[in-house]
Amino acid sequence: MADSSTIMGLHQEEEHHPQLLHHFADAGQQRDAASLGMWVFLATEVMFFGGMFCAYLIYRHWYFGDFGAASKSIDATLGATNTAVLICSSLTVVLAVWAAQTARRALLIGMLVVTMLFGLAFLGIKGYEYYQKFEEHHVPGASFSFDHVPIPGHPGEYANPRHAQIYFSLYFLMTGIHALHMIVGLGIFTWLLVMACKGRFTPEYYTPVEIGGLYWHFVDIIWIYLFPLLYLIDRHP
Amino acid sequence: MSMEIAIPQTVERENYLNKEYGVWSWLLTTDHKRIALLYLVSITFFFFIGGFFALLIRLELLTPAGDLVQADTYNKLFTMHGMVMVFFFLIPSIPAVLGNFLVPMMVGAKDLAFPRINLLSWYLYIIGGAIMLHCMLTGGVDTGWTFYTPFSTNFTNTKIVEAGIAIFIAGFSSILTGLNFVVTIHRMRAPGMTWSRLPLFIWAHYATSIIQLLGTPVIAITIVLVACERALHLGIFDPKLGGDPLLFQHLFWFYSHPAVYIMILPSMGVITEIIACFSRKRIFGYHFVAFSSIAIAVFGFLVWAHHMFVAGISIYSALVFSFLSYAVALPSAIKVFNWTATLYKGSIHYDAPMLYAFGFLGLFTMGGLTGLFLAALGLDVHVHDTYFVIAHFHYIMVGGAVMGYLGGMHFWWPKISGKLYPEGWARLAALIVFIGFNLTFFPQFVLGYMGMPRRYYDYSHMPEFQVLNVLSTAGATVLGVGYLLPMIYFLWSMRYGKPASDNPWNAAGLEWKTASPPPTFNFDEEPVVTWEAYNYDELDAPPQKQEVTVG
Repeated sequence: MADSSTIMGLHQEEEHHPQLLHHFADAGQQRDAASLGMWVFLATEVMFFGGMFCAYLIYRHWYFGDFGAASKSIDATLGATNTAVLICSSLTVVLAVWAAQTARRALLIGMLVVTMLFGLAFLGIKGYEYYQKFEEHHVPGASFSFDHVPIPGHPGEYANPRHAQIYFSLYFLMTGIHALHMIVGLGIFTWLLVMACKGRFTPEYYTPVEIGGLYWHFVDIIWIYLFPLLYLIDRHP
Repeated sequence: MSMEIAIPQTVERENYLNKEYGVWSWLLTTDHKRIALLYLVSITFFFFIGGFFALLIRLELLTPAGDLVQADTYNKLFTMHGMVMVFFFLIPSIPAVLGNFLVPMMVGAKDLAFPRINLLSWYLYIIGGAIMLHCMLTGGVDTGWTFYTPFSTNFTNTKIVEAGIAIFIAGFSSILTGLNFVVTIHRMRAPGMTWSRLPLFIWAHYATSIIQLLGTPVIAITIVLVACERALHLGIFDPKLGGDPLLFQHLFWFYSHPAVYIMILPSMGVITEIIACFSRKRIFGYHFVAFSSIAIAVFGFLVWAHHMFVAGISIYSALVFSFLSYAVALPSAIKVFNWTATLYKGSIHYDAPMLYAFGFLGLFTMGGLTGLFLAALGLDVHVHDTYFVIAHFHYIMVGGAVMGYLGGMHFWWPKISGKLYPEGWARLAALIVFIGFNLTFFPQFVLGYMGMPRRYYDYSHMPEFQVLNVLSTAGATVLGVGYLLPMIYFLWSMRYGKPASDNPWNAAGLEWKTASPPPTFNFDEEPVVTWEAYNYDELDAPPQKQEVTVG
């Protein structure tokens, strides 16, 4: 990257924001480009998760009862708690963007920290769920066992362990890749926190907070779809 | 217009090539033009590796007996040929080289929107390529480039996971290129450069980027699923455990069919530029050509199951996919007819780029029409998995995409290198490529129709196939010479070629209004566009206008 000092000679325009890269005409164009870039990237992410959602829908349709039985073995309370945690983190992200826009640096730093704490709480709860599944031998593989689990609503019928294993494969893949995105999000927010502490964000330049926030919201939204599909498909009173 | 009266240069002016020297000035560059050249060198390397595999395949098929290589080796040869050519040459070819070089210049920008992400995409490509090379050198893969399950997940003991990782990483390189193009085309256009003034090369790359962005992540997750399935035996694609191998084919072709349009759409963009320039006319039906690119991208996502007509999908979905596959022919035909109409009453110049464009027109039309044979449900059952299919998609992917790539390389070489290539040699090479190509692949249509299956290394039970196979192998040799020639004289011209003027073809388009080779930030002054695309009537008008325009 040619640093901005060498480029400065070429432009005799008005004052240059230090964060304005040489190939953009003005800060507005740079912001629009970054924001559009993130939206486009999120579209690719939707397609990435889309492959797994597609597989899920097909097997849910084929092995309806087995998926219901397997879903019931998962702790919905923990899932609901995690949903609440993520929804709260979305609020703190919005507040962080607002704080950056209005030059409230202490609030920005505070909100970034709270968001990251929510993210860590989510991963902790998720880890505990995985631990439970491991204890119950519900992790697909050689020691997988799902014998004599009744299919809800069909007395006397038991779930086919192989079909339940497909459910758990998808459960671990989908939540695992989601958790991976969460970890990447924590990395992004750590960087944002460092930059915010250095005072890099101003009402003229807060694009990283905004597009980092977009990414975080996206990860939340994926969870909003995962939660009912994996936890709630057979929870009726 | 003021460009035409530029003062002859005595001292070489500063441009993107001579601004800095040294390895690091290339490996750490964020200049889209230098990154395009990095891609050019890397994809040429993989092209010759893939070509080497093709040569061995053709040599094996010279005689009916399986005498040159063993069956297992042959399986690996055609697999690695396909994987290298598709993922490491054709998909990055035009977008990452010519697109990278030209998209910012054509829209009047100083660079792509995200120059560092552009460099990252090259590094991802190189990492993926290095893993692929390692995979090839330590055993390779024998499943065919389609790595169908359950063979790939449960049975073969070759390096599926490693090849998968290589393609996964290279896929992200492709996604990032597409992302950069979409944002650049939306946000970085120069003042006055409206959507309907954009060169059709840009429209073609916009459509390509949509496919790269929405298709590639699906193959990425499919590879993840195959790798998990292979490592952990989850059962997602394994019928023994309740899984469905057809699901793999659906997910695979959801990307891999549109991937064909990633290869052909940019080529169509190149051809449009060349045909307009060398017939000195505004392109016929600008908006039709522009929106047919978008239509191909959209329809392209809705036809994937035509690869699965004999795989056991329901007859009703096969009918729908057959119908939709016919529908893709419409926008493709619109393009061919519009190109032809552009030629009508044009003052046609037979320079090397135009020869490639003519080659493209003929070969793409043949490839497209034989595609309709394959889209027909009844006929597909007969020719499925025969050499007819091989010939069909090589007419599209080599006859179409590579002809466009070579045509574009010749057309923009003066801009890229600042030197003229030797025109006589170039015309000869274009002719050799065209003859060699048809000699290689036309016999394969006949072979396939007669019933020679693809992926067989031994056809000694059918010795009557030998004549056509010998013709095909002979053609491949000619084709190889045709591909080597441009590489030799391009390299030669970098040192000994005559210096090129800023606009040696007197072509329309912003990229010709700057120096050859361009300065690092493309334009000395920010361009303001006041003319329509392909204004060849104005460019060729008698020079009375020059007194009027001063600035």
